[in-house]
Amino acid sequence: MTARRGRRLRQVFSSGYLVYLYLPIVILPIFSFNDSFYISFPLQAFTTRWYEELASDPSIIAALASSLQIAAATALISTFFGVLTARALTRYRLRYQKSMLAAIMLPIVIPELILGVSLLVALNQVGLGLGKWAVVAGHTLICFPFAVAILLSRFEGFDLALEEASLDLGESPWQTFWRVVFPLALPGIVASVLLTFTISFDEFLIAFFLSASEPTLPVYLWGQLRFPKKLPSALALGSLIIVASFIVVTIAELMRRRRTGWGTK
Amino acid sequence: MTTSPNRAGYLQLAPGLILVLAAMLVPLFLLLVASFWSIQPGGDIDTSFTLANYAKLTERPGYAQIILRSIGIAACVTLVTILLAYPLAYFVAFDVRKHKLILLILITLPFWTSYLLRVFAWKVILGWNGVINSGLTTAGLIEEPLAFLLYNPFSVVVTLSHAWATFAILPIYLSLEKIDRNLISAAADLGDGPVRSFFRVTLPLSMPGVMAAVFIIFIPTVGDYITPALIGGPDGLMVSNLIQAQFGKANNWPFGAAISVVSIVTVSVIALVTVAGLRRFAGSAR
Repeated sequence: MTARRGRRLRQVFSSGYLVYLYLPIVILPIFSFNDSFYISFPLQAFTTRWYEELASDPSIIAALASSLQIAAATALISTFFGVLTARALTRYRLRYQKSMLAAIMLPIVIPELILGVSLLVALNQVGLGLGKWAVVAGHTLICFPFAVAILLSRFEGFDLALEEASLDLGESPWQTFWRVVFPLALPGIVASVLLTFTISFDEFLIAFFLSASEPTLPVYLWGQLRFPKKLPSALALGSLIIVASFIVVTIAELMRRRRTGWGTK
Repeated sequence: MTTSPNRAGYLQLAPGLILVLAAMLVPLFLLLVASFWSIQPGGDIDTSFTLANYAKLTERPGYAQIILRSIGIAACVTLVTILLAYPLAYFVAFDVRKHKLILLILITLPFWTSYLLRVFAWKVILGWNGVINSGLTTAGLIEEPLAFLLYNPFSVVVTLSHAWATFAILPIYLSLEKIDRNLISAAADLGDGPVRSFFRVTLPLSMPGVMAAVFIIFIPTVGDYITPALIGGPDGLMVSNLIQAQFGKANNWPFGAAISVVSIVTVSVIALVTVAGLRRFAGSAR
């Protein structure tokens, strides 16, 4: 009896928790269609004018363009590094493997603010300027551990025999990589690209310090939050970003959990 | 010594390690170095060695207060997040049979949406004229808006617990999932009630997940900037706002570097001590 009551309690609690998790994400889109400068109940008439306002603002387009460029570069670089690292950690028995993995995961734990200001100081010391590439460097650093984690779980399920068979059959290591390893790892690689893209696209703090005169979308949005009149269009922009992230991440999550690789079946 | 296949392994590992070294460890070291510099009256940086920044931190109690408050808020956030996440993780690990994967994806999804936007949403929800207040007023439940919702440590804890939820749920779920179910039924066979067996078997065995959550949540939270800046109000100000001001308006980088160094060292020590304590508790299960 008590066991069943415990389960019932946990079920009720968990449902409530999910509501709490989704509350802010649902609220933004609802009020982005509300015809009022004030974000409060009762809801006014339905409108799309905040979205129209967005489309007519050239600085948003510029910010979107730099965000897309930065996110694309970050996703490709961190995933490429992630593939090499995950393969090295699963395929070989290296010394200090655990400490190396810990070092790689460190950027997740260190506050982004600290990473941001230390990169700011470093780039200034070395004499490299700020801007898009500085942001890419910072974002690659924080995305890399995620890429490694995603790809590690993919590579760990690998049957090494497949690779050995290919080598035994006379394929070169290079051919083996492209014809055996890559297709098997592809779902993980796609998931990593999509997720690191999302992290970079959404990241605010590092971009805030390093983007200089080329604001990314979140940095631009941050500037808008100060003006009450701009809040509704900030809501519209935010809703679009949320919907886009949801689609990209759902694809990535489904990819990541695919059991078989492409080209093998 | 090293055979050639292993050399290939080290070669593949090198780019990632170089990235972490060049983009994190070297900059952190330079930050440490910069904390011993000073700023001249004209605004130029004087690179001769000085402890003045650290002296300033200890002399004026205001700074220590803000650092301590940040640590307090972060500890609160960590505790609340884990306490809320644990039953959910337990539910997914032990009670859910069907559609577990969908539920897990559902839990992970909010985490991937922009952190800035989620904080902004909480500001909108908790505000004086916000969603909760206007909703309750429209429904006729309250006459005056509830003032305690926004611009205080409470709102910071609500927002940050939401932000870090996934980082608590997933590691705890993973360690609960790994527990050998026979151990729990053995405890029951030996006469332990559900509560007793939970505290003697399940909880200690799930400690690795809890420890991971403490690490991942506590340290970054102390340095969180967006939440205190957007919804903390004057009492919710945290050390990150102080650091940002030194690199922004105040334009005193060396002092900002010193505050960064002191807070990251303090926080790491606290996190390590906490985890050591939890590890002892986890050991009690064996």
